[in-house]
This record gives sequence, structure tokens and C-alpha cells, in this order.
Amino acid sequence: MKDVFEALIADVRLYLQADEQFTLGYSAEQSQFVRFNHAKVRQAGEVSQASAQLRLIHDGRQAEQQVTLSGDAQLDRQRLIAALEQLRQTLPLLAIDPYLRLDESAWHSHSQQEQPLPALSEVLALLEREAGDLDLVGIYAAGPICRGFASSFGAIGWHQANSFNVDWSLFHENGEAVKANYAGQRWSADDFTARLRLAREQLSFLGRPAVTLKPGSYRAYLAPAAMDEIAGMLCWGGFSAQALATGNSALQRLYNGDAQLHPMVSFSEQVSGSLSPAFSDEGSPRLDVPLIQQGNAMQRLVSARSAAEFELRANGADSYESPCALSLAPGNLPSEQILKRLSTGLYISNLWYLNYSDLPAARMTGLTRFATFWVENGEIQGPVSTMRFDDSLYSLLGSQLEDLTREREMILSTSTYGQRSTGSSHLPGALVKGLTLTL
Amino acid sequence: MFDSSALLRQRFAGLRSTAELFSLRHVKQSHQALSVRRNVAEPPVFSHDEGAMLTVRVNGVEAYAATADLSQTGLQRALEQAEALARQIAPYSLLDLREQPATSARHDHISPNFDQPVPSLADCLGLLAAESASVPKDSRLVDWQASLGLSLVEQTYLNSAGAELRHAQRFLFPGLSVTASDGQDSQSRSLGRDNFGQQGGFEIVERCGLVGAARLVADQALQLLLAPNTPSGARDLLLMPDQMMLQIHESIGHPLEMDRILGDERNYAGTSFVKASDFGHLQYGSELLNVTFDPTIGEELASYSFDDDGTPASKQFLIHNGLLLRPLGGALSQFRSGLDGVANSRACGWNRAPIDRMANLNIEPGDQSLDQLLQGIEHGILMRTNRSWSIDDARNKFQFGCEWGQLIENGELKGIVKNPNYRGISAQFWRNLAAVGDRSTFQVLGTPNCGKGEPNQVVRVGHASPACVFRQIDVFGGDA
Repeated sequence: MKDVFEALIADVRLYLQADEQFTLGYSAEQSQFVRFNHAKVRQAGEVSQASAQLRLIHDGRQAEQQVTLSGDAQLDRQRLIAALEQLRQTLPLLAIDPYLRLDESAWHSHSQQEQPLPALSEVLALLEREAGDLDLVGIYAAGPICRGFASSFGAIGWHQANSFNVDWSLFHENGEAVKANYAGQRWSADDFTARLRLAREQLSFLGRPAVTLKPGSYRAYLAPAAMDEIAGMLCWGGFSAQALATGNSALQRLYNGDAQLHPMVSFSEQVSGSLSPAFSDEGSPRLDVPLIQQGNAMQRLVSARSAAEFELRANGADSYESPCALSLAPGNLPSEQILKRLSTGLYISNLWYLNYSDLPAARMTGLTRFATFWVENGEIQGPVSTMRFDDSLYSLLGSQLEDLTREREMILSTSTYGQRSTGSSHLPGALVKGLTLTL
Repeated sequence: MFDSSALLRQRFAGLRSTAELFSLRHVKQSHQALSVRRNVAEPPVFSHDEGAMLTVRVNGVEAYAATADLSQTGLQRALEQAEALARQIAPYSLLDLREQPATSARHDHISPNFDQPVPSLADCLGLLAAESASVPKDSRLVDWQASLGLSLVEQTYLNSAGAELRHAQRFLFPGLSVTASDGQDSQSRSLGRDNFGQQGGFEIVERCGLVGAARLVADQALQLLLAPNTPSGARDLLLMPDQMMLQIHESIGHPLEMDRILGDERNYAGTSFVKASDFGHLQYGSELLNVTFDPTIGEELASYSFDDDGTPASKQFLIHNGLLLRPLGGALSQFRSGLDGVANSRACGWNRAPIDRMANLNIEPGDQSLDQLLQGIEHGILMRTNRSWSIDDARNKFQFGCEWGQLIENGELKGIVKNPNYRGISAQFWRNLAAVGDRSTFQVLGTPNCGKGEPNQVVRVGHASPACVFRQIDVFGGDA
């Protein structure tokens, strides 16, 4: 697919006029999507899609157009030229953009990974063998993903990887469920089988009599997947330079220096070693950025536009200034001691549907989902039915944080809105002294 | 309009397949996003997207392939991919669809005022710039934005049973938001945005009330910044339509989606507290609750004549006088469950397959004016404009937050309060519905952002509602 991208770059260069500048983004994927319900195939399909994002800059003005690519070189050239012409006609209608900043460096980045993906027949047979007797529901999504970027300043980036993401739940007949995932770039039937068998083992705990809790404050362990939901909320503008400057960030008090998190808490944008492209959608090399160190705010994610507007230094952030590879430093709690250290409280595997009940106070609400257990004296007693929490981040990762696990999980995004995501997070679990349940 | 139809018909006729049924769903959509933030125009963003999904049924097993290659060769290749996939998954397939009937309907559906031109890009930007510029100068007003999204969608569905269903729709999404901050706290007030969108022409901007609204919206943001927190405790709750739409969406719409009840969504969007056996029996709400699937209100976001599987759409009561009658289930879900449903099988584009979605899900108006609703409240709170939403995977335990709260005492509106939140349980909440506003309180609203499905899809949904009163709801404020 890289040759397709290079041909598009050549086409844009050919039709560019004097004094015009461009950036060209490219996104493509060929995906197999297979949905399962009751361990059978509910819906299956293949999607082949590609698009170009062309930005034209001239005389201090800019506009952008995204076009779907057909795969026919001549037709796609016509579409790109038409897009160029529409943008060219648009620019004179615009005022000079005071926040237009361009990365004029001629950086180069290339990453191509073509590990073989499993044959669908292998995946289906394996699922049938290992889980055919279970109530499994979920999705298998796999195939190559490409991202490209080029600019008239000579920058060029290419990212291509084969990847897979199997995301599933096993349901007990009582309605309780355990969630599991197997994702990455190197498929191993043995590893997938092991994950399936582990989930089957966990399912057995769900058959115990359910425990009903009343609202109140409870000691709790939040597994990495649950932490991923909390981290996901912070990605929603929390570290964004624009949101921080305009009162729309949940971390504004932290970044103002009016609040702190626990000294154990260190967040960073850790692009190196992640599965994300090494360049942003704006066309800058992504950087590893320390965001919170030892509970104190450090850098924020700054796009080129925010850099101009708020007189900051851009640091390779996407235009939305959201982390693509958020990392939370590990703590000291060995995973094998989680139940013992929790002693009596909630073991929460996953959280669900978080939102802010008071954004400036970083107070968020959400629900337990999938395997959540009541633990007494380090022993699992039984599953806990869905409970709502409503608590502040400054409590959960501040005054109430007792420890983070020594081991972390690399969680690859399952998002397929528009296209398959390349985002990830690298997170430990968290032991907290008090989590407020409200309903 | 429908410029591609002749070519599509010709290419569809040229497809060769051994499948007992196959279809082509071609979607062409364009979008224009304009915005002026803090008196500076953001770079305009345009998009053009076009492709097709080929779906086959082979020995009762369906599969699809989606492609942007619309040449005869490209479509034939996708059809053969889908056929091969259907054969491959056959031993593992959940469904046998050999007995499911196929549509052969032919119809065109066009948005109201589709042909009326909208102002030029320069005029639209000028309108947004003027609105932005009318935000008063106040150091506490730290962010504001006026925006306008415009989408055009044309879809053609053809199948081997002879169906030809086309729709051409135009959607507008005006919006305005202002954030006030004192460094510690911040409060936002908005108009439109994710809470408002309609089909039609530029009259939508007028109906939204965007022009001339900035000064009032900014003033309300400042009022909120100075307001006390919402007090905690049980109160009667008066929800205005721009919060009712979220309440309907999350605690009626999603739980009534039949694919959730059938378990398809249990790994992602979730399940439902409603069971298939509840239809026709469950008293979902008080006798004042009347909920319709209504594709006939022309300007509402999800008005159409046929859904994306070719089922004819008509107005149906899902809940009548509080009694649950039918689910949001399209033809496939009806076939699987044996229940009567509605025409709500929808896809977000050519690269995603139709599934059960909300479309236009409305509450029918009652008989009380806003004054009468207020007069019926002794100790209560009015809330408007959703800003926070969270509900469990069975769509039962919810907590929602609004931008604007105003206390009600002895039938009169009193002081403004910030961070108005409330929580409840769907299965009980609607039984507390105590009064329903009349048509003078009724608004046609909608959102472009309803997410669901694996792979994920975002679709436009419409919600029209009057203001409604609920008795003794647990309300509370924030920390700030």
C-alpha cells in the first residue's frame, strides 16, 4: 500500500501551485470482522477502505478535505485534484489564520511489520474447540493497518502493521460474565488458547452466590482493565493544552498546582515501544512526554495550533491533544499478593460508562461491569451485582491510593469507530483504601 | 441527486452470484464542519466518502464485503469475497436465514427542503463569526465556540429480489457553547451541539435559535459560575426537552433494542434489563408514558421511509399508557425473536453492516403547559441541557448531569444552581412520571453521536419530547 501513498504524494506535488503548501495524511485498512454470540458466528464481513486527508495552506490560510480512495489510481488522482481545487477555492474566503503553525522539518519515519495473521478458519476452529460449550460473545477483528503522512516540506512517515484483536466475554447462566482479550501483532494459537482457558477458569467463580452491597465506601482493587476506563476519562481532554487553558480539563487544579495526586502516580505519553504510528495526525514526530510525575503535573499535550494560541511549545500531540499510548508507572504490589493485600473489599475487573459528575473537581461516576467480586480475608466470596461509584480522581489516585501493582498490562484499544484504532495504554492495577459506591 | 443510480443499476445487473439472495447498499456522503472559536475561524474541514457493501445469503448464511472500488470488477470481487466468507462461516453460524423474506420494494425518500440552497461557506462563517463576536468581553469567559455541521447523504439499496430503495438526506448541526472559569471552577452553557440536529435546509439554524443567542448563553455561563451547588436530596424533577432526549435515549431506547435483548451486544454496548417475555406485559412507566418510534416527523434526524435492510418504516407505539408493547427490532430481530418490531435496522455507512439502532424515539405530548407543570411542583428542581451521562450495561442504574439547574418552590422558579445531577433506576424511574407537557413544551431534537456495535458505529438519532415531571428523584450537586 505504500506505493499507493507515494503515488498520491506525487500527484499532489504535480498539481500544487507556487507558494502553496500541503500536508497529506493517509489511512487504510483491510479488516476481517467476525462477531460471535453464544459461541457461534452472528455476523461476519470484510472491509477494505482507504482515505486521504489533504490540507492546503496558502497565504496564511488553511483548509482540509478528506476523500475516500477507490483503489483505482486514475479515479483517486481525479478525486485528489478535485479536493485540491475545492480547497484552493475555499482559502480566499477565509481570514488569515493566526494559529497556523507548520512543522517545516523534513523528518522521515518508516515502520513496516508484516507478521502473518492467522487464517480465519484456524480462529473459528480454535474457538469452537475451546469455547464451543460456553456462552461466548465478542468480536475478532484483524488485518493490515496503514497510516502515512507527507508534507511539502519533505516530511514523510509510513506505518504499516498486521494486527489482530479478539475481544470476548464468557457469560455464566446467572447473567454474570468475565471479560477477556487477546490482541497484538504476533499471533500465537497457544497464547490464545491459554487466554481462553484462563477466562473459563475465572467463569467458575461467578457461579458462587451473589453478594449484595449497600452504598458506602469500600476498600477496592481496580484491575488494569478498570484502570483503563479511568485513564480513558483523563484522555478526554485531561492533558490537553487547549482544555487546560480554557477550563475544560478535569486536571486543571492539578496543572494549576492547587491539587496533587499520590506521589506514586506518574503518567506519561509513551509512544516509543507502542503500536501507534511514530507521527501525529498533524504531521509531527510524536514524542514521549512526561505528564504527571510523582503526583505533580508536568507537561501537557500541545498541538501545533495550541502552541500558537497559548504560546507553548508543541510536543508532537495529535490535533485532539489526547494521549495515544498512556502509561502509568508501576508500584510495589506483586500481582500474586493482590487478594491478600486487599484482604476484605471489592475486586473490580472492569469499569463501564464513566463520565464526569463534576469535571473541575475531577469527580467521575461509572459502574462495575463483568467480574467484580467481594473478597473477605483474601478469599473470593462471590460476584457482586452491578454497582455505581462516584468519586474524585484526587481521592482514588490521591489520598485513598494504597499501592499500584508491580506488573502492568499493555491494553490495546478495541475501538473500531470509523477505523481500527492503534491506541494503547500500559497500566498497573490499583489498591485503594476507599471507593465510594452510590447506587 | 442520485447521480450514480443508473450506473449502479447497470453494475448491479452485471453481477454474477450463486447466492440465493444478494444486495448492494451504496452510500455517498459529504460533510462540512465550520467553527469559530474565540473569534478565530478554525480551518474548515470537508469530507467526501463513497463506497458499497455487498451482502450475500448462501444456504441461509449471510456475510458481507465492503469496498470503495465501485467498478464492475471491484463489486464482483467484493460479492465473491462475501460468498466465500458465507461458506467459510457456515459450520459455525448462529442463524439460518433461509426462511427470512426479502424485500422487493421500490421507493425514494428525500429530506424536506433538500433542494433549497444553503448560504455560501463565506456567509456561514460570517454568521458564526458574528455570533462569536457578540460574546461579551469578560475575563471569566475563557472559551466560546460557534459551529455549524452540514452533511449530505445519498443511499441506494438494490437486491436480487428486485428492491430499489433510495434516500437523499441533508442534516444540519448548529451549535454554540461558552465556558466561564474563575481558575478553580468552570461552568459551560451551550445551545445545540450534540443535543440538536435536524434534517432539512437552513431553516434549521433558525429553529435552533443560534442567531443572537451568544450573549444570553454567555450570561448563563457566568450565572452558573456564581451559583451555589445543587442541594442533595429527593425532589420533584422537571426535565426540559434537551435533557429528556438523553433520558429517553439511555433508559428507554437502548434497553428496548432487540439485538441487546438477544445478546449480540453483551460484550460491548451491553444487555438489557428488559426480557423478550416483557413485551405486552411490563408496565414500563406510569400511565402518562407514551413512547413512539416515529419516522414521519420530516425534520427529525432519523425520519425515513425504509430502513437499511429494506423494511418499510411507520409510526408505532413502543410503550402505550405505560405498557411495554414492542421492541426496537428490525426485520432480522423480528425473525429471530418472533416479536413485532419496527424498521430500525441501520448502518452508519457503507463499511458497517446494519444492526438494531434507535431512530426517532419520541415521547408523545401530554396536556399541561409549562406553567401548569411548575404549579404542580411543591419542592423541586428544573434541569436542562445534558452534559454528563452514565448508565449500566443493562441500562438500569443511571446518573445524568445537566448544565443548568433552577430550584422550584411552591410552583415557582427560584434560584439557579450549578452541577445539577440526578440518579435513578430505569425500571422504577418512569413509573414516577407524574406530568407530561403539552405540545407548547414539545421539541424535536436529536444527536449525531449514538455509538454501538462491534465493529463500532455512530449513527444519528432523533428524539422529540415535551417537558416532563418526575416525583421524588435523588438529586445532588458537585464538589466545587
